[in-house]
Amino acid sequence: MEHIVIIGNGISGVTLARHIRKNSDKQITLVSAESEYFFSRTALMYVYMGHLKFEHTQPYEPWFWKKNRIQLKKGLVNTIDVNNKQLIFSNGETISYDKLVLATGSKPNKFGWPGQDLKGVMGMYHKQDLENLEKFAPNNKVCKRAVIVGGGLIGIELAEMLHSRNIPVTFLVRESSFWNGVLPDMESEMINSHIKENHIDLRLNTNLKEIKSDENGHVRSIIIEETDEEIECDVVGLTAGVSPNIDFVKNSGVETNRGILVNRFLETNVKDIYAIGDCAEQKKAIQNRKPIEAVWYTGRMMGETLAQTICGNRIEYKPGHWFNSAKFFDIEYQTYGWVYPEKESPSYEKYFQWKHHKESKCITLAYHKDTHLFLGINTFGIRMRHEIFDRWLTEKKTINYVIEYLADANFDPEFYSLYEKEITAKFNQENSTSIVSKKKSWKRIFTKA
Amino acid sequence: MRILKYLGLILFIIGLSIFTAITFTGSFNLSSSELDSFVTHKGYKNKLIKDELFKAVVTSEELNIFEFSSRVRNAFKVSNDYYDDLIAGFEADKNWIKKGEQYQYKIYGKPHTLSFELAKIAGKGISKENPDLMWFLTFGLGIIGAILFILPNFFILGKAGIKNNGIYLESSTNRGFIAWLVLVYLVLFYLVLYFLPDYIVNWTFILDPLSQTLNGGVASQWFVYGFLYCVVMIVMALRMFIKYRHNKYQILRTLSVLFFQIVFAFLIPEIMTSLNMPGYDFKNAFPLDYDFFFDWNLDRLRTSGGIGIFILIWGIVLTLIIVPVMVYFFGKRWYCSWVCGCGGLAETLGDPYRQHSDKSLNSWKLERWLIHFVLLFSLIMTLVTLYTYFTGTDSLLGINSQWIKDTYSFLIGAWFAGVIGTGFYPIFGNRVWCRFGCPLAAYLGFVQRFKSRFRITTNGGQCISCGNCSTYCEQGIDVRAYAQKGENIIRSSCVGCGICSAVCPRGVLKLENGPEAGRINSKDILLGNDINLMELINNK
Repeated sequence: MEHIVIIGNGISGVTLARHIRKNSDKQITLVSAESEYFFSRTALMYVYMGHLKFEHTQPYEPWFWKKNRIQLKKGLVNTIDVNNKQLIFSNGETISYDKLVLATGSKPNKFGWPGQDLKGVMGMYHKQDLENLEKFAPNNKVCKRAVIVGGGLIGIELAEMLHSRNIPVTFLVRESSFWNGVLPDMESEMINSHIKENHIDLRLNTNLKEIKSDENGHVRSIIIEETDEEIECDVVGLTAGVSPNIDFVKNSGVETNRGILVNRFLETNVKDIYAIGDCAEQKKAIQNRKPIEAVWYTGRMMGETLAQTICGNRIEYKPGHWFNSAKFFDIEYQTYGWVYPEKESPSYEKYFQWKHHKESKCITLAYHKDTHLFLGINTFGIRMRHEIFDRWLTEKKTINYVIEYLADANFDPEFYSLYEKEITAKFNQENSTSIVSKKKSWKRIFTKA
Repeated sequence: MRILKYLGLILFIIGLSIFTAITFTGSFNLSSSELDSFVTHKGYKNKLIKDELFKAVVTSEELNIFEFSSRVRNAFKVSNDYYDDLIAGFEADKNWIKKGEQYQYKIYGKPHTLSFELAKIAGKGISKENPDLMWFLTFGLGIIGAILFILPNFFILGKAGIKNNGIYLESSTNRGFIAWLVLVYLVLFYLVLYFLPDYIVNWTFILDPLSQTLNGGVASQWFVYGFLYCVVMIVMALRMFIKYRHNKYQILRTLSVLFFQIVFAFLIPEIMTSLNMPGYDFKNAFPLDYDFFFDWNLDRLRTSGGIGIFILIWGIVLTLIIVPVMVYFFGKRWYCSWVCGCGGLAETLGDPYRQHSDKSLNSWKLERWLIHFVLLFSLIMTLVTLYTYFTGTDSLLGINSQWIKDTYSFLIGAWFAGVIGTGFYPIFGNRVWCRFGCPLAAYLGFVQRFKSRFRITTNGGQCISCGNCSTYCEQGIDVRAYAQKGENIIRSSCVGCGICSAVCPRGVLKLENGPEAGRINSKDILLGNDINLMELINNK
């Protein structure tokens, strides 16, 4: 029986294993050095915040793996011997494979800052980071201040985590506004003020120069590059992005760049070795996507796709319309299709934007300035239906159509205030149109395209 | 703010301590004329019980309630033992006529109930003489303390939003020492309420004035329970209003359960009683209202004129037509988390404990066995009761009507719904009864699962498997198991509280009533992937 070995039990590896099992009887081994069972990485923050226990982040009960004959192997792979098709573990053990899938995920970036390996300096990515944080920042007596370096999604989550235990946080962001490499200015500024409303000391346009140590090799303070200001702190969170976790792959003969290079079939240059998820790098980017997509959803999609190939139905990785989501403290964010920030906006892209006069709610709809083709939406504080936007993107609807039928897309809980009329009025005013917002229709919502 | 909170906690504990301590106060004895009128009122034909009670409690001694109760129960026992001996004797002599005559002299009912009734007359002391003062020191301090404890959350929790911070870090909400303490208190409370009402007769004195205003009579232990139930729900609803102030669904739902508890479950039955009508909770549907078809209730309704007949018809229409039709349109949530009293308490007092429901597959199996067993039990009991009621016999197929009613009332009505259902909140979560025991929930569940427009829609491929939805599902549904497959949640046990949707950090879940077609949508490949792959796999 063919033996499929998957390194990495994150969402990519686990999705792959489940789908191989659905389609075949192959022997499956899932290797991880991090944790025995699959857990949701994105939920680690809620464990520290006390919303969940670690076991709640595990989507499957322990019996699930046995029942589905997915063998779990805890261990750290040191070397891939591609010639003999075997893995060598750090303790000397070996495992042979017929097909190998690398789904090793990411690791936090460190940019060679002085002091970046001191005690109390950590990323927020692995289960071990969570344990570290619990050790160095259990409360605001042990950790009187924390500094977070890097203004991305993990950075703001770490800020929210520390804030939940009333630990003062200084948040260093290199950019002139939070996440404005992804978000249009209006949205980015709304998040800036939301961060500040949560009493986070947000420092924009600010870089880290060095981390200083006390006599025990523990963080004492950090120095800011621009001003040489020293900020005393007990914990430093390094959240300046992630990169593929592939050190052990590099000398194996599997071709790598920043990530493990794969073709559209998720195959590497070595026969019977594949890579999926955060660690995979497309040789040529797919449409508007980046070559490396460190996103939960794309990891899952690659797993779904590769299972077909491994089970004999060789197909390309062909993701559909882009979507993503996040939460910034209390503000939920969803995006469907492509919306670029001003500084990266292609020449054909035009926005329609609406913002609530008081609450932290806003939307940006991107469309083609000539054809009026709807290109994408960012929505903050209003939930929207994935299915509807996916359908509208596929059917190439115009911006006017989207505005007219926006009520169909609303996914907020029942009885929530609706803003379609207000949004339509603003659109009409700006574009001299006379669109009348249509009432929500079950028929339209649940009719398959 | 924190000082206010602690002050509130202290006041609450003082109030609760006085409330608890008060049960030990007061003195009890009867005058000979009081006993006479009691015995006459009860219509006892037996002189022995009167003599025994006279010996026991007509005294100048100032008995405490425990001594008083013990003496009354002893009198009860002596009298019944005497007649039981006679009955056994005549049985041996095969003297059936004599044997049959003795039954009229036996005292029926429970010894503690007799003791309670006598204690209501016999009681003296601070809570009987100063009910208003004692009301303030118990209910008053408790309410003020709890409100002071809850209101500062408005500021402490920070901006409106899901703030479950620290739930698994604190003893009271993480099955710690405080949680066990609360469990012990609640369990003892229910045991005393159901089985030893005379021990809490002092609480009823405090509410006698209110009871007299509402229904013209003195307060029973059930009046105390009903009042306390309303008070607890109002106070804990304030907590809900603050915690979920950004969520209109939660606010409206909480207002709704409050309204139905206070007006339908508490005020209307009391007012009906004061108007000499049979008190009835118009929203309490059979078979949750398991004694609706008991002979005493049928007799009561049949002899109460037009209103009695109306209630009889309403009760049947409610269960057979209104309830299932509403479930078809809105899901069982319209009842379980918008109207029901048990649900109302679970959603207010029980909200801090919702995360403790067991999510394992095994507990789901147990749930299906237990809840359907209780439904079957209640239906068999009702069939037997109705058969014996209309035929005048006392059993059907060897099942004795009185026995099955008593067994159900004791095991299901008192132990399951009360002692376990509410007492175990802090450890097993707030919907133990609704999930594992309620026969009405089982019935509504069938409708919801097989013929309803209700579903929790999963938003395409947006789930990140974080587990907040499953953790905070009070019914122990593994919501995530569906959401991460892009599948709608259609489960008979879902009471539609809406918390899974509220705690979801990615906006994945929405409770809604839509067309039945496509409601159940199992998927292997989620939205967002290759369209051809989705078609290939999902339509296989």
